[in-house]
Amino acid sequence: MAMNPEHDAPAGHDEARRTFLKQSSLLTALAFVPAPVVDAAAANLDEKVAGAIEKVPLKLEVNGKKYKLAVEPRTTLLDLLREELNLTGTKKGCDYGQCGACTVHVDGQRVNSCLSFAVMHDGRKVTTIEGLADGDKLHPMQEAFVKHDGFQCGYCTPGQIMSAVACVREGHAGSDAEIREYMSGNICRCGAYSNIVAAIQEVKNGGQKV
Amino acid sequence: MNQFQYVRPSKAQAAIEAVAKDANATFIAGGTNLVDLMKRGIATPQKLVDINRLPLTKIERENNGLRIGALALNSAVADDKQVREKQPLLALALNAGASAQLRNMATVGGNMLQRTRCAYFYDLTMPCNKREPGTGCGALEGINRMHAIFGFSDKCIAVHPSDMSVALVALDATVLVTGPKGERRIPFADFHRLPGDTPEKDTNLERGELITAVDVPDGPFTKHVHYQKVRERASYAFALLSVAAALDIENNTIKAARLAMGGVAHKPWRLTAAEQSLVGKPATEETFRQAAAVAMQGAKAFKHNAYKLKLAPNTIIQALKTAAAA
Repeated sequence: MAMNPEHDAPAGHDEARRTFLKQSSLLTALAFVPAPVVDAAAANLDEKVAGAIEKVPLKLEVNGKKYKLAVEPRTTLLDLLREELNLTGTKKGCDYGQCGACTVHVDGQRVNSCLSFAVMHDGRKVTTIEGLADGDKLHPMQEAFVKHDGFQCGYCTPGQIMSAVACVREGHAGSDAEIREYMSGNICRCGAYSNIVAAIQEVKNGGQKV
Repeated sequence: MNQFQYVRPSKAQAAIEAVAKDANATFIAGGTNLVDLMKRGIATPQKLVDINRLPLTKIERENNGLRIGALALNSAVADDKQVREKQPLLALALNAGASAQLRNMATVGGNMLQRTRCAYFYDLTMPCNKREPGTGCGALEGINRMHAIFGFSDKCIAVHPSDMSVALVALDATVLVTGPKGERRIPFADFHRLPGDTPEKDTNLERGELITAVDVPDGPFTKHVHYQKVRERASYAFALLSVAAALDIENNTIKAARLAMGGVAHKPWRLTAAEQSLVGKPATEETFRQAAAVAMQGAKAFKHNAYKLKLAPNTIIQALKTAAAA
């Protein structure tokens, strides 16, 4: 879960495909956007500049790492994370804001990354599941999910954990009922809900820094 | 998704001009509904005007009430100390809507402007006068379990999905807008419209008009309030129907009342006649039962939503009882 995809991800077919997409889109960006235009546009994204180029400049900090990108406006934050930055821990479930698998933190607040365009987050700090652990040391919420079997298939788990961390930080983990209400935006098809609630309770009552 | 041009003005005037002069341009704030609609090809703007950097997020005291910025997040409004003290009904309604993640993205203005969740509006293979005027209403003779029992037309029987708006119409809020012709104030009850022959228009906003804030006047409804939402799972679902109830009670006599319903009409449905029937009466179940009967006058069901004719009065009674006991 703490895996850094840049170093540890297997270079399989998917990886090759992503690298190709990344390089080809980078080439497109270089072909169309002279650097001074990107800088000018970043400073003041007015109509003229946005109309003249296909891609829009975007500065983003993801898991503590700063990125200077050029993206198509219709790229969602979720697709940017997965397809461009190779951070595939954040999952695409429904892609319509109904399941919560894509939950990440933007400036500390949990959001559905599938329902906003990446360019809308210019200058913001994003944390994904990959940014939660401290090196090899799991975040307390990750440990609690392991301990309490807070998952079966695991597909919703990154979203559940990001949401759970926010739930505790927001102060909405006061009771089982409150946890269930404030975790309702994360659907688990395997039905691990009772174990997820137990994991959140443990972290909330454990007093660790979340 | 279609390609579009993206602009991010830092001044409201520039944003308004960009949308006013271009019929294919639209504002985007939280995006929680618009991005969804764009992915499905239901909304196909050629230009998105991102208004998130406009300074419209404040919640402040103004003229004996609260002025809530159009870009205040649903979560920020629901958690705001002043809102919880002065307008607890609004906080309850907000927290009944969507999920914690979506409330962290959705804004007050965007919440008001969200489109219906009628399945025919969302299905491009089906007729829908709201999505494509003149194609007919698929729901009229189709599966209309979720649909309106008040104020519909033969062109559209869809309902407005917002919970927040049900509280705001009950609380006599006013919408502040700025457009190409300047500023104006729209009473909340006149902001959304009934479908009539033009169901493609959800509101009375004109092209280029930008919601800047909502004013909610102070009132006596700080204690006896309740938002009762009936849905098919305990949380994170749109309402089958909902009731916002607010009472001012002294010595068990109702001095003032506010009542509105969601999930029953093309707009949040204020129940003024039922409110009037409550005033001066004792806060008892019998009084609430009579008010519910008044509220239901003129209701008419379709093939699959007749249950709402029973569910609605029962929910009104339940909401009033809970509000009185609060």
